[in-house]
Amino acid sequence: MSESLTFHYDVDGEDFTSAGQASVQVKKNLRRLGIAPEIIRQVSIAMYEGEINMVIHAGGGKADVIVSEDKIEIILADHGPGIADIELAMQEGYSTAPDSVRSLGFGAGMGLPNMKRYMDEMTIDSTVGVGTTIKMTVYLNR
Amino acid sequence: MTVNELVEKCGFKAVSMPRPEREIDGCYIGDLLSWVMGRAQEDSVWITIMSNINIIAVATLTDVSCIILAEGVTVDSEIIKVALEKGVNILLSDKRTYETAVAVHELI
Repeated sequence: MSESLTFHYDVDGEDFTSAGQASVQVKKNLRRLGIAPEIIRQVSIAMYEGEINMVIHAGGGKADVIVSEDKIEIILADHGPGIADIELAMQEGYSTAPDSVRSLGFGAGMGLPNMKRYMDEMTIDSTVGVGTTIKMTVYLNR
Repeated sequence: MTVNELVEKCGFKAVSMPRPEREIDGCYIGDLLSWVMGRAQEDSVWITIMSNINIIAVATLTDVSCIILAEGVTVDSEIIKVALEKGVNILLSDKRTYETAVAVHELI
């Protein structure tokens, strides 16, 4: 594979119950490309966490997964409220999710830490009132 | 040990079993979905009391061999339908979470 492949997904912010469809689709696509199972697991879990975050906090957003020869990049972009204190948001257990979300088993404050844990690189670009873009990279051929 | 054998030996009720021959290796217990996603291992049995639609995505992404809903928790028919489509095994256990885990442990 010499050229990169991009998969684009719109994450529906209204439909909490369908969250995860993009990540499950990514998993299938990566499997077809013959990516190693452990990498697929890391990418699809990080993607799911990102999807859930966009549904909980931002009313949806867009996700792009770019697969190239040596790496997989995930770019998650939303026009939600933004993250005021990124350092705090990265702490395990810190969450601003409402109780309605917690009763579904989310909002444990593990989403962003999980994403960071599974990916080799992660950058968060967020402006309060404008939105958040998260870029995550996992390298192949490690 | 396969999921099918687990059902036969433990008396769990299979409400979705599209992949009865899946091998079981290990067990994870948890209800916080991100926590489960970060820690459940492939082929594990996942014991939980969460029964909303999101458990299907979590089970798919973590590649657990089956979900066991413990403590007599039931699951909506709509969710069972999605589980069958996605190839996710769901079993029901009337036992408490601890006793369910012990029963699994004795077999694997």
